[in-house]
Amino acid sequence: MPEFTDLLFYAFAGLTLLCGFLCVANPLSRNPVTSAMFLVLTIISMAGLFVLLHAFFLAAVQVLVYAGAVMVLFLFVIMLLNIKEEERRKMNIAAVGVGAVAVATLAGILVRALWHATPLATTATVEGSTRTLGRILFTRYLLPFEVLSVLLLVAMVGVILLSRKELK
Amino acid sequence: MTPGLHHYLIVSALLFSLGVFGVVSRRSLLVIYMSLELMLNAANLALVAFSQFNNNLDGQVMVFFIITVAAAEVAVGLALIVALYRKRRSAHVEDLTSLKY
Repeated sequence: MPEFTDLLFYAFAGLTLLCGFLCVANPLSRNPVTSAMFLVLTIISMAGLFVLLHAFFLAAVQVLVYAGAVMVLFLFVIMLLNIKEEERRKMNIAAVGVGAVAVATLAGILVRALWHATPLATTATVEGSTRTLGRILFTRYLLPFEVLSVLLLVAMVGVILLSRKELK
Repeated sequence: MTPGLHHYLIVSALLFSLGVFGVVSRRSLLVIYMSLELMLNAANLALVAFSQFNNNLDGQVMVFFIITVAAAEVAVGLALIVALYRKRRSAHVEDLTSLKY
């Protein structure tokens, strides 16, 4: 008799992979907005996997930052550029086929290697709550944390420079 | 079967492969960018799983950093795409081949 959390794992994993596939290769629609929506679903079901791994803070950050901020930025740019061209162009079937074979080989090698690996004996006990993660972030990882704030500042300045009217 | 570390890693590997497939098969710059996000997320999942099953929080801190860097990267990348579109009137990789020949 499988436990409820085990069933949840299989549900979230299946949902993640299904929505990821529909994001990159949707057979019904080649509209970027559809891809973006399925990417949001992928990210949200991955947050469910994070909860199953007891990474509660990261699950919240995943939904807030990825599904909230990043995807809104994506949708904003899609709407701004009004991209519809990919629907009109025909795809190069041979190139896509060769790509699919190469990627399937990569996936096969990875899955086969992982399937035969001996699993770790330890069971999951560590809990990534806000308190524990915040403590480790502001003690051992204080310097990378501050460097990251500089990186965000640099990115902001770069974006402002790039989005000026005329690029020098 | 109770999901162990390798179950999570298999999901992560398949998700990464899907991202690679998106990069090689799609021709729109924005969808390629979304596939890159998918690959980053697959790496995040693997890191969280390793962190959990090794009883070590360092992996989750790493994921936190990756999410922040990815957000900065998305902002810069989308600004680049908008700037390109303004110059070329296209966000299609087949139209952006001026460095090819």
